[in-house]
Order: sequence, then C-alpha cells, then structure tokens
Amino acid sequence: MLRRLLRDFQGDVLAIPGRFIAFIFFLLLFLVPLITQEPYTLRILIFSNIFVIFAVSWDFLSGYTGQVNFGHALFFGVAAYTAAMLNKYLGLQPWATIPIGALVAVLAGVLTCIPALRLRGPYLSLVTLAFPLILLGIIKAFPDVTGGEHGITGLTRLSDSRITDYYISVIVMTVSVFIMWKLTDARSGLVRTGIILHAIREDEIAARATGINTIRYKVLAFAVGGFFAGIAGAFYAHFMRIAGPSTLDLMLSFQAVIWSVFGGIVSIYGAVVGVYFLYPLLEILRVIPEFRFLILGAIVILILLFMPEGVAVWIRDKIERQCPRCKLANVALRRTCRACGASLY
Amino acid sequence: MIQAFIIQALMAGGVYALLAVGFSLIFGVARMINLAHTAFFMLAAYGMFYWSYQFGLGPIPSIILTIVVVTLVGVLSYRLFVNRVREHLVAVLLITIALAMVFQEFMLLAFGAHFRESPTLISGFWEIFGVRVTYQQLLSLGIVLIVLICVWALLSRTKLGIAIRATAQDAEIANLMGINVSTILLITMGVATALAAVAGIVVAPLWVVHPYMWMPPLVMIMAIVVLGGLGSIKGSFIGAFIIGLVETLVVFLVPAGAFLKLAFALLAMVIVLVVRPEGLYGVVFEEERL
Repeated sequence: MLRRLLRDFQGDVLAIPGRFIAFIFFLLLFLVPLITQEPYTLRILIFSNIFVIFAVSWDFLSGYTGQVNFGHALFFGVAAYTAAMLNKYLGLQPWATIPIGALVAVLAGVLTCIPALRLRGPYLSLVTLAFPLILLGIIKAFPDVTGGEHGITGLTRLSDSRITDYYISVIVMTVSVFIMWKLTDARSGLVRTGIILHAIREDEIAARATGINTIRYKVLAFAVGGFFAGIAGAFYAHFMRIAGPSTLDLMLSFQAVIWSVFGGIVSIYGAVVGVYFLYPLLEILRVIPEFRFLILGAIVILILLFMPEGVAVWIRDKIERQCPRCKLANVALRRTCRACGASLY
Repeated sequence: MIQAFIIQALMAGGVYALLAVGFSLIFGVARMINLAHTAFFMLAAYGMFYWSYQFGLGPIPSIILTIVVVTLVGVLSYRLFVNRVREHLVAVLLITIALAMVFQEFMLLAFGAHFRESPTLISGFWEIFGVRVTYQQLLSLGIVLIVLICVWALLSRTKLGIAIRATAQDAEIANLMGINVSTILLITMGVATALAAVAGIVVAPLWVVHPYMWMPPLVMIMAIVVLGGLGSIKGSFIGAFIIGLVETLVVFLVPAGAFLKLAFALLAMVIVLVVRPEGLYGVVFEEERL
C-alpha cells in the first residue's frame, strides 16, 4: 500500500513539473505559520484561500461545462447570509452554519438551473448575472432582517487564534480544490464526471447522442459549483464576522471570472494561480491606492493580449510537453517520452 | 404627479434606448458583449463636464468635442485591445470589464470621487398643471428622439446601414458579397460609442456625474437587450421604454423602490427569458459553420 503510494508519487507527481510545483506550493502553504505569524500576512493568505475555493468553483461550473456564469456571487452571498442569520438569530456555531450555508447555496444553484438550462451562450451569462442583483435589491429593501447596507454584524469567530483560522482555511481549501480537480480529471478511473463534462463542453449534441443525460450533469455542475462557492461564502462571513451586501456584488462575480481567466480557464490550477497572484498583488498595491485598480486592469488586459490562454496554462506549456503517442505529460527538457520512448519532437 | 411621472419614464427610457441600441448593434455585428459600453457613457458625461464647466467652452463646441473624443477612444480601444481576442467569449468579457475599470480609475485620478454636475444648456422651466418640467429635460428628450431617428435612418436607408445589417445577419456571406467586414466592425463600434456618448452628454446636466456611474445602467441595458432579443435594434428600443416605465413605476409606487428598481427590471428580464427565450423580437442567428 505504502509502496504503491510512493510509486504513484514518483510517477505522477515528481515526473511532471507542473504537479511537482503544485505539491511544493501546497506544502509551503502548510509551513507558512512557522516562517511568519504576522496577523496581516496571515489575513491576506486566509482571504486568498477563501477566494481560491470561490474561483475554482467558478472554473468548475463555467469553464468545464462552457456555461459562463456571471452571477457566481449569488452562491457566495446566499451562503454568507444564511450562515450569518443562523448564527445571529438561532445561535448556531460555525461548524453547523458553514455546511448548512453551503447546502442552501446548492439549492440556489439548482433553482438557477430552471431558467439557466433553457438558455445558452450570452443569454445564460446575462440571466445568471441578474440573480444576485435581484437578491441584493430584496436584501436592501428589508433592512430590519438583513441589516440593509451594513449587513449582519457580530458573528461568532471561527476560532480563537488567527493561526488556527489559517490552518482551517488551508485544509478546507486543499480538500475542496482536490475534490474539484478529481471530479474534472478526464483520465480518472474513479469518477466519470471529468470526461463527461469535457464532452459536454466540446460538443453537447454529440455527448447527448452517446447517451449522456447532459441536463443531469449540468445540474450537477451547478450544484457542485454552488456548494463550494457556498463554503467559501459562509467561511468568509465567519472570518470577517459580517455578511454584507458586498458578498452579492457584481464586482465579486466578475472577480471570480478575472481570477480564473487570468490563470487559465478549464484547468482548476489556473484559478488557484490567478487568486494567489492577483489577490496579494491587490493588497500590496494599497501602498499606492490611487493606482491600484488601474494597475490591476492594465495587467489583466496585457495578460489577455499576450497569453490569451492564461498564465498558468502558458507556463505549463513551457515546462511540460505531451507525448504525441501515449498522451503522457513529460518534462520539456526530455527528448523522448518517459513511458513509451517515442520522440517528443 | 402624472406628468412628472411620464416625463421621468420617457427620459429614462430614452437614455436607456440610446445605450441599448448601441450595445445591441455591437452584439449583432461583432457577436460580442461589450461591458465597457456604459464606460463610454461615463466618459462622455465627464467630457461634457470638463469642456463646458472647467474649460469654459460653449455648449455646441463641447458637445462636438466630447462626441469626437469619446468615439475615437472607443474605436481605438476596440482596434488595439478587443479585436485580437474577439473569438473568445470570456476573454472579450474580461477585457471589456478591465477597460471599463481602467477608464473609471482614470476619471477618479483626473476628477476625484466627487459628485459633479455639468451646467444646464438652457435654463428655465415650463409649468404644466403645476408640475415643473425644465427645458433641459425637454431638450434632452428631443435630442434623444432625433438621434434615435437618425440611427434608424442610417440603418435602413443608407448603403452603410445595409452593409451593417448584412454583416449582422451573416458575416461570412457579407464578406463574400464584397463587404469589408473588419471595416464594418470598426464603423459599428464607432456608431455605438457615439450613441453612448450622446447618452452621456444628455444625462450630464440631469444626473450626477461620478466615476462609478457606468455600473447601474450597464446592468439595466443588459436587461433591456435580453428583453428585446439580443441583437435586435427594434427590440432594444421597445425594451428600453418598457424598462424605463417599469423602473419609474417601481420608484414611484413601491416603498423602498429605489433599491428594488433594478430587481424588478431584472425580474422582468428573467420572466421574459423563461417564457420566451429569444426575447420580444428574437433574432435567430445562423449556427456557426464548422
């Protein structure tokens, strides 16, 4: 058992530079509190972890099924408000409110499907964009229950110390990203969803012709995407100790798209790279507050013009090369495939 | 009461119609959702404020200068940034929202986050049954209607308009018929931006001018174009007045209506989409050829 795990590790992680870098990166994330315990740094990293879950869930829903969701903040906000209300009015603790919030977000995702699955392309994007804004209007119209502009404040802390918060966020993030990565892995032997989602994106009619109930898988994508976005939202509410209108904001929906596309759409790790690059950058740019969003916008435009497939995918293509015969990933330096010996050029 | 209501609804509908027709034109011809569209509207409002208030030009030169500058900015930004990634839906969305953000930040840097108001072009008001209707409102409404009629004439009566509509129907066949599609795209972008600029100019003396003013109308015009059918000019024109009416009704009648106007407009859009997915005047596009 242990030996097999070691062999898999050698073959599937060490041999592929992209995965090796990802492994080192996650390892480093666990070691950060040993290096620095500065609350501000940890705070930025916790936010990055939360938004990684959010952005990756967008990539899972929109990248993999090709249904560009423009209102991903709906799930984030629904879960944040649910968790906040349960905590504030019923006194439930975070370990209960976060999963319940995520489940309510799943419900929101399935409800979104009712109009969304009848539409495609830009119509779908526009109709999904509408939902969080409708909810936002309702929330602002009933300030007695929802707190209106100020939101629901004074929620229970996640834990007593920031380091515990940090570890919870890292573990939740790692597990969530791993689950979504596995669900979308087209070559996985365990779950079929990966290859089916790829098929739906490439050609929905062909997928349906091969007997795949595409509607069911689209609903599944909405449910899973909603679930993880909901976890991120409820987590955010408890970490910030406030659930305000900003969790349903149009900008938050756009940000999920910006992060994912920046790193590389349809790749899961692209969204991770996007958040860990852009979110801390935005925080560092606070030293020159007037130029913050100007620089961010300029970076996004330049990246899209020169690396339209995203940074992470661009880098991956530089350091990895796929074997033309057995489709196995190889280090770009090798001349022959490590498994079948075919020439890589 | 009722007169103020009608003027308000017509005004909102007219401004939305100007914006939505441009948005719809771009979508129809280039098949792209231009999220920076209302950013040009914001730029034009600031342009009007700058030329007429801070620079002290007369109304006519400042209007012309604003339209020319904003249209140039629009065409240039299309040519330099959007054109290259036109094929990818998500990349276009992202690059246009980034452009809008960049414009917003530039305006923040140049003018600060203050709420500005541009001076009215003509003063005075007209009392109808005890309700004051300023001449500025009537002038704005008149400009909106004239510009919309001009656009309609351009699209239906001129050779250029026929070329634009042909490109919107089927770009490949239009190309085969000897229409230079990329030039038409540029011209369409210019026309649409000029329309947004006119909307901005009309609105500058009436609404508050601030760097974030592009966000609410952007969502509104999305609701409108979907309501009318994406890519349909007639649909977006009618949709704009419907949404303008709904918005004004909600603000006038429902308590806390100012918060709910967006929600109601979007709800109308969702209902239309569920009942009739192609919109009021749906345009059926040719399937992409493989």
